[in-house]
Amino acid sequence: MIYSYYPGCTLKDRARQLDLYARASAAALGLELKELTQWQCCGAVYPAASDDIASRLSAVRALMNTEEKKLVTMCSACHHVLKRTNFDWKQDATFRTRATNYLQPEVPYDGSVEVVHFLELLRDEIGFDELKKKVVNPLTGRKIGAFYGCLLLRPSKVLSFDDPENPTIMENFIRALGAEPVSYPYRNECCGAYVAMEDQKSAQTQVERALNSAVAAGCEELITACPLCMYNLVENATVHRLPVKYFTELLAEALGVKEA
Amino acid sequence: MPKIGVFVCWCGSNIAGTVDVEAVSEAMKTVPGVVFSTNYQYMCSAAGQKMIADAIHEYHLDGIVVASCSPRMHENTFRKTAQAAGLNPYMVEIANIREQCSWIHKDKEEGTRKAIVLAKAAVAKLLHNQPLQAGTSAVTKRCLVIGGGIAGIQTALDVANAGYEVDIVEQRPTIGGRMAQLDKTFPTLDCSACILTPKMVEAAQNEKIRIISYAKVEKVEGFVGNFRATIRKKARFIDENKCTGCSLCMQKCPSKKGRDEFNMEMNNRPAIYIPFAQAIPNVAVIDPEQCIKLKSGKCGLCEKVCSAGAINYQQKDELLEREYGAIVVATGFRPMDPSPLNELGYAENKDVITSLELERLMNAAGPTKGTLLRPSDLKHPREIVFIQCVGSRCDENTNRGKPYCSKICCMYTAKHAMLIRDKYPDTNVHVFYIDVRTPGKNFDEFYRRAVEQYGVDYIKGMVGKVAREGDKLMVRGSDLINNRQVEIAADLVVLATAIEPDPSARSIGTMLTASMDTNDFFTEAHAKLRPVESPTAGIFLSGVAQGPKDVPETVAQASAAASKVIGLLAKDHLVTNPCVALSDELLCNGCSQCEKVCPYGAITYENREVRGPGVREVRRVARVNPAVCQGCGACTVTCPSGAMDLKGFTNQQIMAEVDAICL
Repeated sequence: MIYSYYPGCTLKDRARQLDLYARASAAALGLELKELTQWQCCGAVYPAASDDIASRLSAVRALMNTEEKKLVTMCSACHHVLKRTNFDWKQDATFRTRATNYLQPEVPYDGSVEVVHFLELLRDEIGFDELKKKVVNPLTGRKIGAFYGCLLLRPSKVLSFDDPENPTIMENFIRALGAEPVSYPYRNECCGAYVAMEDQKSAQTQVERALNSAVAAGCEELITACPLCMYNLVENATVHRLPVKYFTELLAEALGVKEA
Repeated sequence: MPKIGVFVCWCGSNIAGTVDVEAVSEAMKTVPGVVFSTNYQYMCSAAGQKMIADAIHEYHLDGIVVASCSPRMHENTFRKTAQAAGLNPYMVEIANIREQCSWIHKDKEEGTRKAIVLAKAAVAKLLHNQPLQAGTSAVTKRCLVIGGGIAGIQTALDVANAGYEVDIVEQRPTIGGRMAQLDKTFPTLDCSACILTPKMVEAAQNEKIRIISYAKVEKVEGFVGNFRATIRKKARFIDENKCTGCSLCMQKCPSKKGRDEFNMEMNNRPAIYIPFAQAIPNVAVIDPEQCIKLKSGKCGLCEKVCSAGAINYQQKDELLEREYGAIVVATGFRPMDPSPLNELGYAENKDVITSLELERLMNAAGPTKGTLLRPSDLKHPREIVFIQCVGSRCDENTNRGKPYCSKICCMYTAKHAMLIRDKYPDTNVHVFYIDVRTPGKNFDEFYRRAVEQYGVDYIKGMVGKVAREGDKLMVRGSDLINNRQVEIAADLVVLATAIEPDPSARSIGTMLTASMDTNDFFTEAHAKLRPVESPTAGIFLSGVAQGPKDVPETVAQASAAASKVIGLLAKDHLVTNPCVALSDELLCNGCSQCEKVCPYGAITYENREVRGPGVREVRRVARVNPAVCQGCGACTVTCPSGAMDLKGFTNQQIMAEVDAICL
């Protein structure tokens, strides 16, 4: 099956592994990710918090340029922005009209694209049971915690990704790869990335809380889907430290395509 | 042609403000059949009624139309007026030009036009009215109370003390309900059991009261004054007449893995048990899920030790058929399960408990014998956090709980906080709240005492997360007054969970055709003026089944329901509604559709000789029992051959109304 794919700019630079391992894994699973021919930065969360139309136009443009029914995202922040913009497009007539007036497209966007995170694709299209069968290097014995962060889960009604208070999708993903998922209370908290520049101490407090909680629960490594969480969990760690990987790296490793 | 009078009411400015009443009464004068038409400020007043009576005499009226408020308000008033003036009361029609016209229109011209149409429709119907005679039905002088908590007990005692028989049907093995589980009651802090158990004993000793415990009402037929209920008395495997309540069997029973429901399942109980020391009836019951003898045939220890010979493993469920004149719903509540509120960690952490669980932990007969120990490690908690409004006052669209305020939580939380600070002064108590709601006699004084005298730390704000860290529970919430986030390392977290109707309420409501709201609380016949009656005649409401309330309010409502029951049972006969269904035997094709839709079981089929023009044969036809029929009309719209009709609302009358409006 073919899916349109929106990598996002971080995945072309700092978070290159997130993208590379995703592509390799998708190929191994028989999923074709067709990158949009034209795309820009999603705007990274800030636009969704304001009523400014202009800063959300690039997200609309990405949706408009999507040829397939589903647009797959990899980065939590891009997913958050695209999914929310798409939701608003369907719900909010004023936004729709104003954005259309700005963009003056030849064919107006009809709101039919579905924004899907790669994890959702694995769960709903492949199925974790099927995924388990395709694993060639089971990650047996590894105790892995998922760090969800905030962007994938909330606002829960719009993202409708998983239970925002007790998510399980990444734990099920870890289990499918043969590793032992470790659940810990602070896995769905904000990592503090958005204040990291102006108030590093707050960010460090958030990170320490999460890492402390993960270590106490017995995590030996963490996975994330978010370049911001990745940066923060590594760079702003103070007392506790854990290796952090993108979930796609783990997937590629289990599918035996990490070195390819 | 019958002579009809029309009386248009102003209802002060309620109607006259949006409807030109003068124009309506003028317009009605030209309608065929109308010989008199007038308007007046308040038709329901004595002067207005006299005006109607005078016109009936003066113009020899055969029927009257009153264009006024909803028939629910004053139809009865005007029927009595007409009857006193010598008219058949069913020759009165109401045109509702208030609720269905003036109140919903702003434009006077439009309102006036509609009022005229509605009045014309009422005249058109009245031209087809027939005088009807009301019959009577006898009243069975016995009351059924469903639920044996404090509400059911109080209602039963009051009805029995007035001299009428009462059956209490209780689903659990003992009466007492939720109040029996409470440790202390606010705002006086008297021991709950000390004030409840004398009432339980009084009910058991009252010869007019029969307690049918461990039982449920399975079927109810009939109507006000004449209900017939089928009650399933579940097998308790004990002969109630022989068991002395000595509890020796409980000590010897080798199966100890049953969850103790009375202690909120915080400890185990044997397979054979008496729920608590003061249970009534003080008779054991065997849990068939846990009993080794009933499951595998081996054991039988309790039978051996029972000197009274009360054990009977062969006992079967028993069905009782009883007749009643009135039924009281006192089904009570249960605390909502807070597990779905994942951020509070109730399901994962043993030391996150509900307030009712805390009641048991603080009670001398509870799992810790009244010493406050936390469930995980049985240590004294030194830092306790209470969280209010858990599952109450929720946005209905989020599916996170109930939209309503559970009403009792602010007070019982203040009670818990105060009792803990009193008994364990070295323990810090924090309470997260949205608002503190303490209207009630001596309630706010009570809450202030918790804050001012006992130093309970009240924090305005909600909790976002409860997470275990080591042997502490980290509670994170907001402090809205100081505008900051707070984090408390607690030993015990207590959730003031919403209360919800007992799950049995819904099926009982359906069985009784008693209406409920979207939260499964029973609705009143009138929210302000008839708060203890269901809209279904003969069904009364007692306690939390109707909505959240505390003990004193429950008792007051229970007594109010009893007084309504007594008012009903004191009557020897009830006047029946003559607007009942009637089947035309010549048209009836014997299809049985009407019998199937009748909610009251008023229709039966029988073979009868049918005579008509060119017809004389024995056929299977429908027959309506007018004493049972409630005139709902379901059969008339179901009948495919048009044989079924409803007196007072005949097809002809309804069609005449429709024609008057549409043609």
